[in-house]
Parts: sequence; structure tokens; C-alpha cells
Amino acid sequence: MEAVLATYQSTDTSAVTTWFKACTVKSIPENGGACVKYKDKQIAIFNFVRKNVWYACQNLCPHKMEMVLSRGMIGDADGIAKVACPLHKKTFSLESGENLNGDLPAIATYPIKIEDGFVYLGFSE
Amino acid sequence: MQRIVVIGNGMVGYKFCEKLVGLAKPGALDITVFGEEPRPAYDRVHLSAYFENRDAGSLELAPASWYSDNGIALITNQYVSDIDKENKTVQTKSGETHTYDQLVLATGSAPFVPPIQGVEKDGVFVYRTIEDLEGMMAYAEKIKDKKSNGKAAILGGGLLGLEAGKAVMDMGLEPHVVEFAPKLMPRQLDARSSKVLQLTLESLGIHIHLSKTTNQILGNGAITGMEFGEDDKLDVDMLIISAGIRPRDELAKTCGLATGTRGGIVVNHKMQTSDPSIYAIGEVALYNQMIYGLVAPGYDMAKVAANQIMGNTDEVMANDIDMSTKLKLIGVDVASFGSPFMPADKGHSIIFENKTKRLYKRINVSHDGKTLLGGILVGDAGDYNMLHQMYLNGMALPENAEELVVGARGEGGAAFGSAMDLPDTAQICSCESVSKGDICNSLLNEESSTLKDIVSCTKATTGCGGCKPMVVDLVNETLKSMGKVVKEVICEHFQYTRAELYDIVRVKGITSYDEALDTVGKGDGCEVCKPALASIFATIYNDTANKEAVIQDSNDRFLANIQRNGSYSVVPRIPGGEITPEKLIVLGQVAKKYDLYTKITGGQRIDLFGAELNDLPAIWQELIAAGFESGHAYGKALRTVKSCVGSTWCRYGMDESVSFAIELEERYKGLRSPHKLKGGVSGCIRECAEARGKDFGVIAVEGGWNLYVCGNGGAKPKHALLLAEQIDNKTVIKYLDRFLMYYIRTAAPLMRTAAWLEKLEGGIEQLKRIVVEDSLRLGDELELQMQALVDRYECEWKQAVENDEIRKRFQHFVNTEDRDDNMVFVPMREQKMPEAWAT
Repeated sequence: MEAVLATYQSTDTSAVTTWFKACTVKSIPENGGACVKYKDKQIAIFNFVRKNVWYACQNLCPHKMEMVLSRGMIGDADGIAKVACPLHKKTFSLESGENLNGDLPAIATYPIKIEDGFVYLGFSE
Repeated sequence: MQRIVVIGNGMVGYKFCEKLVGLAKPGALDITVFGEEPRPAYDRVHLSAYFENRDAGSLELAPASWYSDNGIALITNQYVSDIDKENKTVQTKSGETHTYDQLVLATGSAPFVPPIQGVEKDGVFVYRTIEDLEGMMAYAEKIKDKKSNGKAAILGGGLLGLEAGKAVMDMGLEPHVVEFAPKLMPRQLDARSSKVLQLTLESLGIHIHLSKTTNQILGNGAITGMEFGEDDKLDVDMLIISAGIRPRDELAKTCGLATGTRGGIVVNHKMQTSDPSIYAIGEVALYNQMIYGLVAPGYDMAKVAANQIMGNTDEVMANDIDMSTKLKLIGVDVASFGSPFMPADKGHSIIFENKTKRLYKRINVSHDGKTLLGGILVGDAGDYNMLHQMYLNGMALPENAEELVVGARGEGGAAFGSAMDLPDTAQICSCESVSKGDICNSLLNEESSTLKDIVSCTKATTGCGGCKPMVVDLVNETLKSMGKVVKEVICEHFQYTRAELYDIVRVKGITSYDEALDTVGKGDGCEVCKPALASIFATIYNDTANKEAVIQDSNDRFLANIQRNGSYSVVPRIPGGEITPEKLIVLGQVAKKYDLYTKITGGQRIDLFGAELNDLPAIWQELIAAGFESGHAYGKALRTVKSCVGSTWCRYGMDESVSFAIELEERYKGLRSPHKLKGGVSGCIRECAEARGKDFGVIAVEGGWNLYVCGNGGAKPKHALLLAEQIDNKTVIKYLDRFLMYYIRTAAPLMRTAAWLEKLEGGIEQLKRIVVEDSLRLGDELELQMQALVDRYECEWKQAVENDEIRKRFQHFVNTEDRDDNMVFVPMREQKMPEAWAT
């Protein structure tokens, strides 16, 4: 699974070469998340209505290497948007990807934009 | 600009850099660090963790970027070959020359390899670096390819050798520890404690061989065994040598610095070597004619050297170095402090030993019984922090010093007193050198007001974390002494206890999570307050978990228990454990159709594991069609009411326990609560339903039922306590309605009934007054509220399968019908299980 983990690398908006039309806005629950597939990757998308911001990150939790983050609860820690893994409640910043309650490696985050009722994810490959 | 050169980038070398940049003004120093290993400094103390997670990054003390961010030039993979004291330069193996004003030698030590014949054979390793570990792991794989029962020996039964034993176990080989001395950990433990440790380790599968002198390593090219004496051999496929350390003082010797006869660079209390511009710290330094192989003294040395170089010449090394240690060795607590072995002319020892429980405690007390001189703990080192503090601070011992070992007699007696009794100078966090005064004064001066503040401003607890319980006590007790109430608020978003929040939601008529956050909370919520409010809404409005799916605990959102690989389990309700053959067949058919692993649960029902998220609605549709309902096994809710077969069949039965269990389970099914709720009904005092291990238990006796409450199994087992005797069915239900509702309204999140009763002032007697005597005059209200919840029950899985919008939730991907291909199952005993976690 380490090899799979390594395929998820945070992408900067300036590096985006492909904007992938992932799903409709309506398919992601408000203040919750869902998962989309892009090539071999699983990406978790969150519609953080309270902050009026959308977030995208890897679906893989680096703790036990399971594809589950999209099913986690979102919220904030001192104002930083975060997601809690449903398996062991490891929390990760949705902004920097950093693990907020431990020393796990950071998760990869991806650029996301909304156009005409669709969610687009930015990739550099 | 002052030029500092550090040779060695191990734990102590790194700590020196950390201390130095903390003391110096940014840009004031030019620091160059040479490391011989390919990677930046890592945590060697926890090296065996590498076998579990194979993650070198997680052992790193600081990432490579930390060095550059702090203006330190870190040169790894570079061996320094020479020092020129006159011209103040060092030369690297690749021929570069660097000048210095101050030089710090933190070259550490190398494993000592005894001159045994055959030690050069393949398969013989030392245990020090990540590269050593990688070599061992590769070799172990080769062994395992050839045979299934490979063995590895560790030469040396000291601290590090036993750590290596654990590593061998993790590699999947049979570990054998070979020790020259007649006992394990000869430097820290006495003979009896060592025996207790040995018994524990042997029970874990580690073979121990004591009093063995290895004469020869056997094998042709590669190791096949060890020879101790004539006809005394041990067949092994691999050997790890952990027979002590030798200081890496070769550089010091070639440049003419003073060294000890048995190695080590001689330093004074400023950590200076015989050349005042050169310092030596860590395992290479010979201080007071001793080499210190522990990390704490090494860190102290780093701090002293950094201060000396920055001109704080008062900061010197203490004369006596505390060699106390506490560690968890393969899950076994081992601690020793002060003088663990004490000659009889200095004082007396008080010893407690219980080999069945693998416990050993020894304290050494002065002849007058007033001072603690040292001690040893094996099996349970829970008292180490307090004992260590008593020793360090020379605190007075209680009148009966044996209470420190065997515990105080009588009610609530604590021999230790509280952490508040320690002097202000007592060092609470030794990793970060934080004293009791630092913590308490920060609170008293109102620089901090919470535990979180204390941790961020003093860094206490951020090292090994062993001091956490003491820090928590100090913070709570200090705040209490200042008249501040330490309120157990839900989280940073709601400054209320759950009971307060319950009242607020009810009085203000708040019906949604966002409304609660906007009116009485702050921020955007989190994984703690979301499910807490969902639970409160469920109690007040009887909302099922389908109402606001995104605030439900992750299991409730998908109405199933998430399992190890992200698959889910399905548990239909089987009230009282009674099931018809027809329904049993349906369970079997569904399990077969969807390829589910089946197991009987502890609550007398059948669990179907390994369901994919996408299949859950279809599975439940079939179960509901056959008459099943949700079992709420995923929820903080009523789980089961377990029963014995009772008077309908049993010749001892006093009453119909199955019928009553079914009645109770049907009544309270779907009831959400602060934590899970379990019940039991037994038909006689033989108690086959184990009702007293439940949150509520009912036992048939002559003349009615006895009602017990607030028991549980789990991590802290507790028997339920008697609430009422010889009552009829109707009264049982009346009392249960009151009891459950009162608990649900007033408990903290994730607090089970037993813990709740412990916190309830007045305990079980007070609960009797409230429930049985109705002292708060809440009885009618509680009963009515419960009846309303019972009347409005709905199966949430039925809601889900009948509603297309809700069904959409159960999709792994929202942009394709594909399944999660990351989920892997492997066969096990004719069924399947998730592939084991790598870590």
C-alpha cells in the first residue's frame, strides 16, 4: 500500500494540467463528503457549506491504508477545516493535509472548482 | 560569525543543534553538521518500531528542511577522518577541509562485537542503525523462503537485546535471547525481578538462555548455530549481537585528545575535552569516569555544551546523574530508579512479588525509614512517576512505607498523596525539563488557563508522554485551588456539558445542528459535538439517524459498523436471542448470496461481516422482507437484551426470562443514548444471561424480579448494583424507563452507565432515591418521555431502503458504478476475512 500512498501528491493550482469533471454539485452532501474515481485514484470531495468552501483530498487514510476518508465527519479545529477518519478518528487538515492529532504523514490535497453545477478536480498528470 | 562544527547527527547531536539555535540569535552562528549515516537524525530508542511500520520517516527527529530552515548545513553520508587542533580544522574522507571556532563531538558509540570464532559469518548482525535493520529484514525473508520455523538468536539480554528480541518476533522468526550473566537486564534488575520479567517474556514466546558463554559460531559460510560448551548447542539461522557499546572515540585518539583507558573522550563538567575548543557529548563522552548509554543524560550534556558555547558558563553538568528508566518492553512495564540494588548496610528493602500475576515491586528505604533510595518495578510501573519524584526530591515517606508497594488499606486511602504535595522544583517532564513550579505558576499568573495552554507554552508531555497523568492532575488541582471549576465541556465548539446542552436544546426548541452551532456554539463543529447533538435530537424528537446524515457518527451515517478494511457488518435484531428456523435460513441465504462471513455475537445474534457499502441496501431489503429490523449494532443505542432459556424449558427457572427479555428489547429498541446500552434477563440466580454484566439486568427470584443497573463488561468490568428487589414486570419497566431516561439526559458523551454512576453524587443510594422514591419528582416526566419515544419508534433501515434519496448514500463512488478495488479479502476457515493490516 505504500506504493499506492505515494501516488497521491498534493497538487498546486498553478501546476494543474487537467481539470477533471468529477460529478454534479448535488451528488456531494452538504457539510459532508463523498468519493469519486479518477483513473486509479480515489479522491474524497467535501462540500463545506458552513465555510462556503469545497475541498478535495486523497480518500486513503495513511494510518491503516484504507479508502475511507470521504465517509468521515468534517469540522474545524481552531478554525482550520478538517476531516476525521471514520476508522480511528485521526483528523487531517483539509487545507494543508497535515495530521492534526498525531504524527501521521500529511494527506494529499487537490485543487477543486465549481462551474455550472459541476465539480472539477485539478490534476497535474 | 562564530563557526560551529558538529560531528555526529544522532539523537544527542540533533538535540545539541536544537538547543543551540534556541539560544542563539538567528544568523549569529555558522553551523555545519556531519552525519555518517545517509539520513538525518532519527529516534534510535524506538528503533524496533521500524519492524512494525517500515517507516523511517516516522522515526525522524526533524525533517531535513528543519536544518536548512534554521541555517544549519547538514552534510549526511560523510565521514570525518581527521581533526587538526592547532589550525582548528576538520577533514572529511572525501578530502574537504572545514574550519571551526568550536567543535562538538557527538559521534556516539558502536555496538561491541565480542571476539568469538566465526563472528564474521553471514547472518550475524549488529543492532544500531536503520541500515542494520534493513539488512536483517532482507536476511529474515530469505530464511522464511527456505523454511517456516526459522530461529534467530540475540546475544545479550540487556535492554537493547530484549528490544531486538521483539524485532525478531515481528520479523516472524522464533526469538532466542542468549545472556552471559545469570539474569536478564543485569544492570537494571535484581535476580527476582529479572525472573519475573523472564517468565513474562517466555509466556510471550521468547526463549531465554542464561549463563551462556558463546565459544563459537557454527556454520559453513552462513550461521547455522551457536556453541556454548561441549554438547551444548543452539541451532539458529541468524544472530543479532547486542553485547554492549564502545564509544566512537577514534577521531579523538588520533588527534591526541585525552581518552579513558577503556575508551571514551574525557570531559569536564562543562562537557569540554582536554582541548577547550572541543566539546564531547552523548555516548562518546567519559564523564565522572562513566559512559552514559541513556538518552536523557545525553540530552542534558547537549544542553550544557550549547549553553557553554553561547557563554552561559554557569550551566554545568550535575555531579550525580539520574540513571532511572521506565520503559515498556514488548508490552511489559519495567522501571528502575535511584539505587535499584542496595547494600544491606545502607537500608532495608520492601519487596512485593506475585509471580502468578507477573508482578514485582521493590523499594529501598533508609534505615530510619524516612528516605526512599531507589527501587524496581516489573509488570506494573504505574507508580513510577510518584516514586521517582519522591526519590529525586528526598520527600518524606508515609509512616507505613509498605503502602507505597502494596497500596494503602481502607477506604480511598492513597499512600502517595497528590502531585500537589511535590516541591515546586520537582521535575515533572524530564524530556523537556519542566518543573512543577513552571506548570503551576503559569496557571497562577494567568499566563495559561487550560491543559492545552500548558502543553503549548512549556512543551511538557510532548516527549515520551509519560508525565501526562501528573501534568493533568497538576492543572486540574491548581485550577480548583484558584476557585475555577474544571468543566467537562463537549469540545471547543460548545462550552457546555452534554447535560447542559440537552436542557438548552429542549428549552430553546433547537431542531438542527447548524441552528445549535449558530445560537449557542461557535466555529464549524467537529467529530465530537456532531454525534453528541445527533444523540440529543434523537432523545428529544426521536429522530432516526437518517434525519441529518452528515452529523451522525460515521457508523450511524451508513447504518452499519465499519470494519477493518472499510467493509461493513450487518446485524439484524433478534430480540432476546429467540429466532425461528425460517428466519435462520433467511440469514444463511443472504450471507451466502452476498458472500458474508457469519459469526454469533456475544449478544445472542448473528453478525454478517464483509458487506460492501454498495450492497447494504439490497441486503437489508431482503432481510426486511423476511421480517427483520435494524439491530442498531452500529449505534450508541440499545443493542440487545440477552436472556437465558427461563422457566419455559429450564427445570430451575423461576420465571419466563425469554418472554420478558423480548418485551424489554422491543420496548427500548432504537433508543439512542450517550453510549451503547445492553440488557440481560436471567430466569434464576444461576444467572446464565450474565445480566449483572449489563447496563441493566433483571433476575427472577422468589416473589418477583431483582433489578440491577450500571454494570458492564469491556475494558473495566463492573457488576451491576441492586436497584430494587422482588418487583413485578410493570414495576421493572417503570423503574427502567426512569433510570434510562435520567441517564440519557445527564451523562457525558461516550460515558457508559457504570462510569456515570461513579460520577453521580451519592452513588447508587441517590439513584434509588431518584428512581424508586421519586425524590426529584421527575418520575412522571421521565416515564412519559420514554413512552413517547417507544410510540414513535421506526426502523431506520426500512426508511432507508424505501427512499431512493437515502439509498444513494450507499455508493462508494458517486461518479461511477465501480466497486472499491482496494478492498481485499483472504480465505479463512472456509469463510473470508479482510487482508491483514501491514502495520
